[in-house]
Amino acid sequence: MVLASIFQAGVSIQFYIVLSSILFAIGVTGVLIRRNAIILLMCIELMLNAVNLLMVAFSTYLGKADAQIFVFFIMVVAAAEATVGLSIIVMAYRNIRSTDVGIFNKLKG
Amino acid sequence: MSLATIAIILGGLTVASALMVIITKHPVHSVLYLILTFFMISSNYVLMNAQFLAVVNIIVYAGAIMVLFLFVLMLLNLSKSTEPQSSLLIKVAGVIAGGILLTVVVAALKDGVTIAEVNEVETDGQGLVQNLGKLLFTKYVLPFEMSSVLFIASIVGAVLLGKREKQIID
Repeated sequence: MVLASIFQAGVSIQFYIVLSSILFAIGVTGVLIRRNAIILLMCIELMLNAVNLLMVAFSTYLGKADAQIFVFFIMVVAAAEATVGLSIIVMAYRNIRSTDVGIFNKLKG
Repeated sequence: MSLATIAIILGGLTVASALMVIITKHPVHSVLYLILTFFMISSNYVLMNAQFLAVVNIIVYAGAIMVLFLFVLMLLNLSKSTEPQSSLLIKVAGVIAGGILLTVVVAALKDGVTIAEVNEVETDGQGLVQNLGKLLFTKYVLPFEMSSVLFIASIVGAVLLGKREKQIID
């Protein structure tokens, strides 16, 4: 099945630049205003996805598939990061009975 | 309905569901809204002829990573009452900082980057498995193998961290 290219249908690349910038800014804002460590990890995933969206947009715009391979690798790294990050959070929860990042400053020596 | 209208509607829905992730108080609702955001991003991928990544995004993110998040939230039994809240000052400062970041990035990228006008690019089938698979197993075969090493390391790390501390000490 061949779909018509979105960029030949009148959507400019600037639309996707602005869209992924907004998504990235939402992720940064979430990291700044939330205190639950699990939500912070989710906001990091949101930021990674904003970058993925921009890379796919430029990949399609320039007609090169290489960027889509890099998006694939970003997903791989995100999956590895989520597993290790969540297991660290679970271990910290066992010790201090909370996932509040404000309490995590007890970790400093 | 034209393709441009669909793109704008999907973009608006993506931003709205991403905003709900950080606005809603309940952690489980945050996870569900993030899954919705990933589905919206996948639909954007389909619009941009990246069909393989759209499917992988749903399988890996919505199917695997977010289920892991949901399991951990339910394992720790977190709910709205145990959710730690930032003070109003921190919330206002965070929103202002995020807004300033957005303004700077958009202002820098919107007109500052000169993008070559590309016309008549052949993108049909570039995002399908055939093309990406060829590229992945020829040009990028070394990073692909390295990522398997990364996965082994993260599996070992997760198992080691997930053990009870007594067992590690003994």
